[in-house]
Amino acid sequence: MDTLPGMALPAPARPRAGLARTVANVLYRRRTLYLLLLLTPPLLWFGVVYLGSLLSLLVQSFYTFDDFTMGVTPELTWANYQALLDAANHDIILRTLAMAGSVTVASAVLGFPVAYYMARYATGWRKGFFYIAVMLPMWASYIVKAYSWTVILSKGGIIYWMVERLGLLPALEWALALPGVGGSSLSTSNLGRFLVFTYVWLPFMILPIQAAIERVPGNLLQAAADLGARPAQSFRTVLLPLAFPGVVAGSIFTFSLTLGDYIIPQLVGPPGLFIGNMVYTMQGSIGNIPMAASFTVVPIVIIGIYLTVARRLGAFDAL
Amino acid sequence: MSSFAVELKHVSRHYGAVKAVDGVSLSIQDGEFFSMLGPSGSGKTTCLRLIAGFEQPTSGSILLHGQEAAGLPPYERDVNTVFQDYALFPHMSVLDNVAYGLMVKGVAKATRHKEAEAALELVALAGFGSRRPGQLSGGQRQRVALARALINKPRVLLLDEPLGALDLKLREQMQTELKSLQRRLGITFVYVTHDQGEALSMSDRVAVFSQGRIEQVDSPRNLYTRPKTVFVAGFVGTANVVKGELARRLTGSERPFSVRPEHVRFATSAEGNRVSVEGQLVEVQYHGATSRYEVRVEGNQVLTVSLLNGEADEASLPRRGETVRVAWAPEAMVQLEQGGG
Repeated sequence: MDTLPGMALPAPARPRAGLARTVANVLYRRRTLYLLLLLTPPLLWFGVVYLGSLLSLLVQSFYTFDDFTMGVTPELTWANYQALLDAANHDIILRTLAMAGSVTVASAVLGFPVAYYMARYATGWRKGFFYIAVMLPMWASYIVKAYSWTVILSKGGIIYWMVERLGLLPALEWALALPGVGGSSLSTSNLGRFLVFTYVWLPFMILPIQAAIERVPGNLLQAAADLGARPAQSFRTVLLPLAFPGVVAGSIFTFSLTLGDYIIPQLVGPPGLFIGNMVYTMQGSIGNIPMAASFTVVPIVIIGIYLTVARRLGAFDAL
Repeated sequence: MSSFAVELKHVSRHYGAVKAVDGVSLSIQDGEFFSMLGPSGSGKTTCLRLIAGFEQPTSGSILLHGQEAAGLPPYERDVNTVFQDYALFPHMSVLDNVAYGLMVKGVAKATRHKEAEAALELVALAGFGSRRPGQLSGGQRQRVALARALINKPRVLLLDEPLGALDLKLREQMQTELKSLQRRLGITFVYVTHDQGEALSMSDRVAVFSQGRIEQVDSPRNLYTRPKTVFVAGFVGTANVVKGELARRLTGSERPFSVRPEHVRFATSAEGNRVSVEGQLVEVQYHGATSRYEVRVEGNQVLTVSLLNGEADEASLPRRGETVRVAWAPEAMVQLEQGGG
């Protein structure tokens, strides 16, 4: 073979030898060792700190609390779980569940359109604006936000002022008179508590839905339209099923965050404890850690049931 | 009512200053296999999307079977599309994917599943209905996409580079199948491709796109033998496009002309009425059935000669670096317009 003159290639650069390179080469060849090094710290954390404490919680929920000595003995008993079924405790669980359910549904209904817009339409600065607008409330202290809502919702607050200016005060008073919803004022009503909960947890619903919708290829919606599906039909048969894992992920956040919260129920809304308050009281004031633990198991079980049902309904088929 | 399945009249689609489609007019006959051929960014896919209704024209009019379609959403049009990456619904079975068009029309489950089975049979995928798209190979997904697009019995089927993701063997097989399917169904196929071989072998007529405009609409044979512009000559097949001073010396006209490599031969001397030019052989490429010889002639233009291997005596063929004379018959020359490309 004849080569053209002046075409001699320069010798390839030799890699420099060194300890870092040797280590890298060993790790590259030995994948197991590499994965072991990579995963040991997080697995230790998850195994010991995360799951270990959860397990210890589960075990302690079966311990016996002596009302008389206020002491805990490691004698296993079902008494704590039986106590959950007492009318007073039962009420607490139902009250918390109803709130968590309403907050989740409202967040999904409010969050989906925003997430849809962010994922499908917003570009450039608009997208950035929406991200920041959704995240911004999370930068502020949760306590401060909860307190400021008590002011916003109070009589003489901005909402009352606005409602009055719009001449809708009778409507608000009518709503507040509804049993289960109302109270003497907005800040002491379930409606007010619901508004605050929905406000603080909405971002946790929007972001997973937005991520799920973003993963749906746009041409699937075009294909649906091409095959004759009107927008409502392609939404129902293509976009919603594919985005549903995002809704489920978001609803786990809003649902479990509401289930476990104990500050908002103290600050806003009518009297009556939530599961979180009960845990706080049992553990902090009374020292009945077993009862607190059994209350904590309730949300875990409920989320477990929820996920099973969601799976049965095919919520994760698109994953 | 006109016999045209699709008519575009002075259709433009601009994105800001970018003219993706720039004043395109064409008429596609009912039952025709019509290809839109061009490099990427030439406007062919945008044209298809305009016909499908995914895009709306900036100006101009689109007629589907004589009815104005500009402004109509995709779900109001009697055309269906096979997408480049298939766009199958990942959360549905193959059968439900195919039956989708009937489902949204409210056809009962039993009926639509029966029709979907029949459509799967048409594309040789009977029995695959219960699988998920993710469990199929690329070629099988392609067939599902085809069956799904045919379930509504469209009069016009739009295909957007449907074979682009398949390997060569499968692509050739699918070309044959698509063509025979189109013949059997008797519906109009509008086929977008950047592969000139594909367009030539399957189509009744081909529109060659360049920079948002149509360069030429013609039968594959005419496109190859009678290209009208420099762009078409170069894009459809391989062509020696001779320009400038050399063109003037050889033809007496400033207009560029093209001559196909298979019409060019090596010659020993200026013989008879053949057009010939001298140059240096700079490259020889072996292509199996043929070999290609690149000859640098005056004006730094390179002419390609294509010879069947085994036709000429191996020893008599010139070698790289030699000075050679190439010649062709005057009737092999096609005069070209500069065109947009």
